[in-house]
Amino acid sequence: MSKFFTSSIGQKFFMSITGLFLMLFLLVHLTVNSLLLFGDGELFNRAANFMGSNPLMKVIEPVLALGFILHIVYASYITLKNMLARPQKYKVTNNTKVSWASKNMYILGGLILTFLVIHLINFFWKIKFGTITAISYDGGKTELHDVYDLVSGLFKGWWWYDAIYILGAIFLFLHLTHGFWSAFQTIGWDNDKWISRLKTIAYIYAIIVAGGFAFIPIFFLLKYVV
Amino acid sequence: MKIKLNIWKQENPKAKGKFVKYELDGVAEEMSFLEMLDSLNEKLIKEHQEPVAFEHDCREGICGSCGLYINGRPHGPGDEIGTCQLHMRAFREGDSITIEPWRAKGFPVIKDLIVDRNAFDKIMAAGGFISIDMGQAADANAILVSKEAADKAFDAAACIGCGACVAACKNSSAMLFVAAKVSQFALLPQGKIEAKRRALNMIAKMDELGFGSCTNTGACEAECPKGISIDYIAMLNREYLCASFSETE
Ligand code: HEM
Ligand code: SF4
Ligand code: FES
Repeated sequence: MSKFFTSSIGQKFFMSITGLFLMLFLLVHLTVNSLLLFGDGELFNRAANFMGSNPLMKVIEPVLALGFILHIVYASYITLKNMLARPQKYKVTNNTKVSWASKNMYILGGLILTFLVIHLINFFWKIKFGTITAISYDGGKTELHDVYDLVSGLFKGWWWYDAIYILGAIFLFLHLTHGFWSAFQTIGWDNDKWISRLKTIAYIYAIIVAGGFAFIPIFFLLKYVV
Repeated sequence: MKIKLNIWKQENPKAKGKFVKYELDGVAEEMSFLEMLDSLNEKLIKEHQEPVAFEHDCREGICGSCGLYINGRPHGPGDEIGTCQLHMRAFREGDSITIEPWRAKGFPVIKDLIVDRNAFDKIMAAGGFISIDMGQAADANAILVSKEAADKAFDAAACIGCGACVAACKNSSAMLFVAAKVSQFALLPQGKIEAKRRALNMIAKMDELGFGSCTNTGACEAECPKGISIDYIAMLNREYLCASFSETE
């Protein structure tokens, strides 16, 4: 067991588990965000404030951060080691037919990380540590953060923010088309029957998640700007 | 037809090595790729030049020694073939063909296009075997094997250890080779006894020898001359994970 953590399959196992965990998180995140599309923001504000003040989130937040950190640390380590496994490169670049995403997972991950930093500065940081307008739906008895105002303000105010979020979703889409089924293959949950099913589910998942996240800025552009 | 060749030449394992350009006339379509190289070497010898060193043996796709990286693909254009099964009809008059040795830390170049694939033998020695009683030959049908398991094990056993999977993989991972070797035993009753130790030891050896880890690009499967499926990699992952979690040593 001690060798497990340093073995190639062991390290891939952690990539897979953290990847699966992050994919689960994306589903929850998208579910909450989809409330942005309904009504004038009350629904979303209630949900966002519920998530923000829920004691369970105090536990989940660090676990989520750890999930990201482990995924990124292992990704960097594995990618570096794999590059070192071919000290002398080929003159003619490989033209074996494989999916583009599968060869560029680290680059896609890096782009997602860049997006993530911008995203955290925009929302997470402002909600946690900044000042944010308050709103009340019960005549002032309880005050909620007006997160809806923050989100819609950003998306209708600066078109390039919309572009960044749509781009982020595209990178995520590509990462997930490979990552989804690859994670199952890594933990051994795959065979010659399941591989085509998993690849199909990967596309469905990637389209729903990336499409969902990309739709939100598009929705605000259509609603307020056009 | 007349073709242009750009071939990696390297005096010995320590030498720097470089690409050398050759032109070859009179190449017939029905020549195999290796016969084309033979005719190049005959020409070079006649001209008192050093011939190109390349490995070959069976010339019928069963020994796995003819590994050449041709125009960006192990064993060149065409699927499920060794270089010895590639014919010059895959090329056209005036084509330029770049030929490189397998490139991987685990496969150092010995000379020109020949690499040292001893690493695969070392991985096999780490666990790619079964233990049996000596003495009288056992009754062939004493141990029953299901048809499904026999078929699957047989498909895995088709691996000829050529190393194309490593050569094609962007990570120089030997996972398809190891997966085939682990599975061919793990699927059969005779191989079950040592299954855990086998998976653990062969992977440890693979890692130690400097092969990369698998990121499931599937390039190995696409270039394997024997069509070994990455299905076996999932099986190997399963074997390895179960062995790691239940190992008591
Ligand atoms: C929300 C964000 C992310 C999700 C949902 C996610 C999901 C996944 C999944 C499921 C895998 C497949 C794991 C496997 O094959 O075992 C994967 C692989 C990978 N991820 Fe991510 N990832 C995310 C962010 C990142 C980031 C930020 C990076 C790097 C900076 C990254 C780098 C990689 C790399 C290099 C791989 C390839 C490893 C491999 O295929 O073996 N990912 N990701
Ligand atoms: S798995 Fe296929 S490509 Fe790899 S060594 Fe065996 S026969 Fe060659
Ligand atoms: S020479 Fe034996 S496989 Fe090609």
